[in-house]
Amino acid sequence: MELFTNQVLAGIATGAIYACMALAVVMIYQAIDHLNFAQGEMAMFSTFMSWQMMQWGVPYWGAFILTLALSFAGGIIIERLLFKPLAKAPVLTNVAGFIALYAIVNSVAGLIWDFTIKQYPTPFGSSPFLGSQLISTHQAGMIGITLLMLILLFVFFRFTRVGLAMRAAASLPESARLVGINTSWMIALGWGMAAAIGSVAGMMIAPVVFLEPNMMLGVLIYGFAAAVLGGLTSPFGAVMGGFLVGIFENLVGTYIPGVGNELKLPIALALIITVLVVKPAGLFGRPIVKRV
Amino acid sequence: MTTMLNVKDLRAYYGQVQALHGLSFALNEGSLTTLLGANGAGKTTTLRAICNMVRSTGAIEFEGKPLSGKSTENVVRLGIAHVPQGRGTFTTMTVEENLQLGAITRTDKKNIVADIERMYEHFPVLKERHTQQAGTLSGGEQQMLAVARALMLRPRLMLLDEPSFGLAPLIVRELFKILGKINREDKVTILVVEQNAQLALELADQAYVIETGRIVMSGSAKDIANNEDVRKSYLGY
Amino acid sequence: MSAAEEVVTEAPAVEAVPKRAMTLGVGTSLVVLAALVIAPLFVKNFIIFQMTMLLIYGLAVLALNILTGGSGQFSLGQSAFYAVGAYTSAILMEHVGMNYALTLPIAGIICFGFGFLFGQPALRLSGVYLALATFALATAMPQLLKLGYFEHWTGGVQGLVVTKPDAPFGLPMGQDMWLYYFTLVITIGIYVASVNLLRSRSGRAFMAIRDNEIAASAMGVDVALYKTLAFGVSAGITGVAGGLGAIAVQFVAPDGYTITLAISLFLGMVVGGVGWLPGSIVGSAFIIFVPNIAESISKGLSGAVFGVLLFLVIFLVPHGARQVAIVAQQMLGKLKKH
Repeated sequence: MELFTNQVLAGIATGAIYACMALAVVMIYQAIDHLNFAQGEMAMFSTFMSWQMMQWGVPYWGAFILTLALSFAGGIIIERLLFKPLAKAPVLTNVAGFIALYAIVNSVAGLIWDFTIKQYPTPFGSSPFLGSQLISTHQAGMIGITLLMLILLFVFFRFTRVGLAMRAAASLPESARLVGINTSWMIALGWGMAAAIGSVAGMMIAPVVFLEPNMMLGVLIYGFAAAVLGGLTSPFGAVMGGFLVGIFENLVGTYIPGVGNELKLPIALALIITVLVVKPAGLFGRPIVKRV
Repeated sequence: MTTMLNVKDLRAYYGQVQALHGLSFALNEGSLTTLLGANGAGKTTTLRAICNMVRSTGAIEFEGKPLSGKSTENVVRLGIAHVPQGRGTFTTMTVEENLQLGAITRTDKKNIVADIERMYEHFPVLKERHTQQAGTLSGGEQQMLAVARALMLRPRLMLLDEPSFGLAPLIVRELFKILGKINREDKVTILVVEQNAQLALELADQAYVIETGRIVMSGSAKDIANNEDVRKSYLGY
Repeated sequence: MSAAEEVVTEAPAVEAVPKRAMTLGVGTSLVVLAALVIAPLFVKNFIIFQMTMLLIYGLAVLALNILTGGSGQFSLGQSAFYAVGAYTSAILMEHVGMNYALTLPIAGIICFGFGFLFGQPALRLSGVYLALATFALATAMPQLLKLGYFEHWTGGVQGLVVTKPDAPFGLPMGQDMWLYYFTLVITIGIYVASVNLLRSRSGRAFMAIRDNEIAASAMGVDVALYKTLAFGVSAGITGVAGGLGAIAVQFVAPDGYTITLAISLFLGMVVGGVGWLPGSIVGSAFIIFVPNIAESISKGLSGAVFGVLLFLVIFLVPHGARQVAIVAQQMLGKLKKH
């Protein structure tokens, strides 16, 4: 039994990583109805920017805030320049656009900062949290930051005018325009927010997986799995999905013999497909109404 | 009486297909006008063209200002509320959130709260359900909500696209009674597109008849209702 | 336009290509064929090898084109099918000692089965969800190949070395040239079969599903069957390409079949023009030569160059090489008149 609780705890700790990423995935999905395959790369790039600032002597939290702001602006600029013109294009074209962005960001990061692995600092330290060997203070801090972001998002969407307008624009663009909402800018705002959330995810994940241009690939797949499990329409579901995926991964690794670290990605794959087939709306999402 | 909306030589296109062939009409301030016509005559297109939701040419002036080249949301911000066909309800949001969305372009917070209360007076059923998801309302209730949401803009002009569509006759009567009241008391100019010609002509003071993208008849609602051809084609007696 | 109409006629995920526009005319086909037959006689072995790879990737892009351009389904996971084909050929040749030519149909059949099975759950997914599931498949594949269980067969992380075949019947040509002609024959065979497939009843069913799934099922098309069938056929052809690739490269290893390969194939399809089969070879040329050129300018640059070019294609010629070909044809037509 103790093994079980310990593994669950460890699962929650890793799950926080996926939860962060899933939150960013859901943000963009809400705004544009697409999964951004470049989300992980954008987060990686943001993390590199913060690392560079710290190399230049900016203190951690200063770099953190600056990166948040730059990522937000960057997300908006990318949308305005590259994806606004594709708004009416077929899904295929959009997917191609995401793939192109993925390749560009990954390659440019490699050109600027090369492909060697870099240490990334944590503001929370990495001693055992409350004396537990399973959760470090960094992981506890990461869980705290994820939950804080979730609460902020909830407040934003539920109680602010812009949040209400964004929700309206995402659910029914035409009706939203008819009440005077500039839906095109709401989408740009969604990109900005997703990029900012992604940058937080990247900065929280980097101390765990180390900083390098390919650091986010596995995390992104797990983030997708978490978002799909929680329901792509629900930020709350995304975070819960993240924790559940983390726990699931740990339990499978512990109790099913022969499943080691090398099966991490195949497990995520199996999970994604199972959820999509059995319950496509996810655990907490709105049912998907299929339009033909 | 001053002209509020002036439409001249309006032509609209869906891709290669031309749906309106040089439509001209005018709405007087404070009037309640109806646009009658059969399926596919171009009624909905006319309303969509006013809000720039379809590619069109020609001149549309609202209170002397041209609307061409303005985005839909900017047309709405001038004070033109559009209740679309199918109601456009934000089904996943609550009734109250739908009303708040109607006033999303306004910044006078206090008045918004007061206006929501006023809508609940006009439509008591919405008050009963104000925390309910809008998608759970019946068709008639959703139509009430759509009208209320449009009024939250404090519009100068309200465009309604077949408000009677899919509703029971009794509910249609109630809705039209409220529309008349809004027109008289709140001084909102109304343009309503209808297939239910009989009710629309009872309600309106001006009427236009549209066929295959052209205005074929215009006049006071009373004259139009008494016209032999209209009676045969649209009223059925 | 009524509300009901708008709901029913939402744009399909993939823009439709008229069926007649899917292939080349007879004259152009013969010219291209002649060029492909004669060219290797005049170039060095390394170029012949690259031309072989051009055909192999062309097959893989063609396979994706049948899936996406034909039936409207996405796949970012073609590298997985390619890998299965490559490993099937390699294992049969090296462990079983089978003749290389015989391994290809087996690779095709195994991949057809794999694709057909993967198509079962994928059936219920559309658009972006399908892209996601296949994306996950492609990322998971290298890890599956590294698994300890299969190490005896797959060689684990090290991979397998494959022997290059000699020309048979004592034909006077080098290994590279023989393999090129061998590949060319297979490519032409599959290309012709694909064209016929898309022109057949099944092809019409694919396209009906692509353009409007509900309408297709209302007309009596067995949507589930044809969607999985499209997946199977596409995977099968990709498998053959993978097998040929293993023989040509003489080596298989898990890290040769990452998501990057899947992305490349996807790129090749977009560049060549979705649904335009001859474009596959153009797309293939793009994904083989562009990275080489980019890497020669600066290491690690190829991703950026890929991405930028892809954006240019999307913005300027959204129908890829097909659009360029049509414009060229029109200009030729004008020249002839004057």
